[in-house]
Amino acid sequence: MSAPLLSVRGLRTVFPTRRGPLAAADGVDFDIAAGEALGVVGESGSGKSVTFLSVLGLIRPPGRVEAGEILFGGRDLRRMPAPELRALRGRMLALAMQDALSALNPSLTIGTQIVETLRAHGIPGDPRAEAVRLLGRVGIPDAARRLGDYPHQFSGGMRQRAMIAISLAARPRLLVADEPTTALDVTIRAQVLYLLDELRVEDGLAVAMITHDLAVVAERCERVMVMYAGQVAETGPTAEVIARPRHPYTRGLMESLPRLDQPDRPLHPIPGQVPDLAAVDAGCRFRNRCALAVAACAAPVPLRDVGAERLSRCIRAEEVS
Amino acid sequence: MSAARLVERLIQLPLVLFGVSVVVFLMMTLTPGDPVEIMLADQRATEEQAQALRRDLGLDRPLPERYLIFVGNALTGDFGVSFFHRRPVFDVISERLPATIELTLVALLIAVAVAVPLGVAAAVKRDSWLDRALTAAALFGVSLPGFWFGILLILLFAVQLGWFPVGGRIPFDAEVPWVSGFLLVDTLLAGRPDAFLRALSHLALPAITLGLPAAALLARVIRSSMSEVLAADYVLFAEAKGLPRRRVLFLHALKNALIPAVTVLAIEAGSLLGGSMIVETVFGWPGLGRVVVEGIFARNYPLVQAAVLLYAVIYVTLNFGADLLYAALNPKVRL
Repeated sequence: MSAPLLSVRGLRTVFPTRRGPLAAADGVDFDIAAGEALGVVGESGSGKSVTFLSVLGLIRPPGRVEAGEILFGGRDLRRMPAPELRALRGRMLALAMQDALSALNPSLTIGTQIVETLRAHGIPGDPRAEAVRLLGRVGIPDAARRLGDYPHQFSGGMRQRAMIAISLAARPRLLVADEPTTALDVTIRAQVLYLLDELRVEDGLAVAMITHDLAVVAERCERVMVMYAGQVAETGPTAEVIARPRHPYTRGLMESLPRLDQPDRPLHPIPGQVPDLAAVDAGCRFRNRCALAVAACAAPVPLRDVGAERLSRCIRAEEVS
Repeated sequence: MSAARLVERLIQLPLVLFGVSVVVFLMMTLTPGDPVEIMLADQRATEEQAQALRRDLGLDRPLPERYLIFVGNALTGDFGVSFFHRRPVFDVISERLPATIELTLVALLIAVAVAVPLGVAAAVKRDSWLDRALTAAALFGVSLPGFWFGILLILLFAVQLGWFPVGGRIPFDAEVPWVSGFLLVDTLLAGRPDAFLRALSHLALPAITLGLPAAALLARVIRSSMSEVLAADYVLFAEAKGLPRRRVLFLHALKNALIPAVTVLAIEAGSLLGGSMIVETVFGWPGLGRVVVEGIFARNYPLVQAAVLLYAVIYVTLNFGADLLYAALNPKVRL
């Protein structure tokens, strides 16, 4: 793999709580290359969104990124002055959110919300014409006439596509897509995912696809990162990870999902509950739910190379099947 | 707001006015005290003279008849003759109203100018010293009695420091021809900047007395709506687009945060009109509020009835205006 576009090491993001600081992301390491699609899976509270909001510098106080390196194009975003990072946001690093209805400002027109992004980044050319082109590209018919519409005048699918058009307006290098297609119906979802694929191939856009939907990951992402309780459980090429999990949590996740090719297979939910992040120790965070847990799991477990471009945070990774 | 709501509001107006007219009529006539006795108090009038005056004023007729005459005349724009001034009530009110409106507008301006920046700053820097100070000041401001605050300002800035006049609206030597009735406008129209400044210095203390407590309440409302809006996804998304901070705060956030504030502002404007009765009395401000207070003491029925009706019209109109403004600010609400 060539030098990655984004390289995150030891990211730790904490939120103060009444019971002490809570590390919603704790020692997160990963890379994304240009043109690559990385699937990020894990249940709610696993730290997926927090990790990528940290990358974008959008963690709201009193939360803060406490440690780690966020190298983007070789520069550490954490050490970058705020105005410089702001100029990078939208232009280099973009965000697409799960719910376009809440992500779009209800009192500004769609046109305003695209044009302001183009203007903020000094994109050359007529911003209105460019806005029409962008909306057309995500499949919004009669885009020129719809620039003056407010978000509530768009249908749900159109709103979602308009939001993605806004995210992509300044031609970013990396798109963080936080459940961008969950709310869409199947055909529109396919259309949006196809557009992202096209931009990856043509422009070298890198996509971090945060999702619950393993099918989307299996279909669209070369690599997948599984997160659990604020940490990376395992990463690797998607097909490999799905076929041969190297972390008991990944295996549990697979077994808890229905499969079309094995309709009669019983579903196995993972027993137990996600640990309280304000009260975790240094050991493996999955061990109290894990069938393979041994005494050594109480010691700190680093993310380690388990071959075939794969990393796992399990001391018994080779025994997981 | 739907068209139905608009119609509903328009129907509401006459109903409210009818209710107000009944209540104010009954309250004035049922409170103890006889206007004729008050008018003749120190004039040693005979009982016949008193009766003649009572007949002259229409006070010898039965109550329902007096009400019908009052309403009938009011509908044609005739509010009767002020007992005390012996002039049409309409004239007395239209002479005094501009002073009150001018005072209220400047007070509102002060309220908005103080409340918007403070409310926004407190929401952006939540739990900071500024936020805490604002919360304390707002509580203080809301619970402050207007007459006490006004007297305090007079003692400090007018009596001790002598920066502002103690009361009144404009000195005789700065009087200018009446055009709009708003002195800040008329002095400029007359080409008298000196008179403008003197009018402004007379206006300052009463307007602050009215405006600051209103600002306290408004700042609280803006702080809470702004806090809510700042936590919204669209603000996060606007930041993720790399927009300048100013644009995120003042366009994306404030535009939405002001929507609830507008309604509060309209209600505030209404209560400022009411509050002006006390403040006008404290500052000797020759507005409608003071004339109404005098009218109540003198049992000047026609004047008080007309003035209270006018207050009701203004109040309902303000609320109607708030609804329209709400619709203008919020594109989801279409007329």
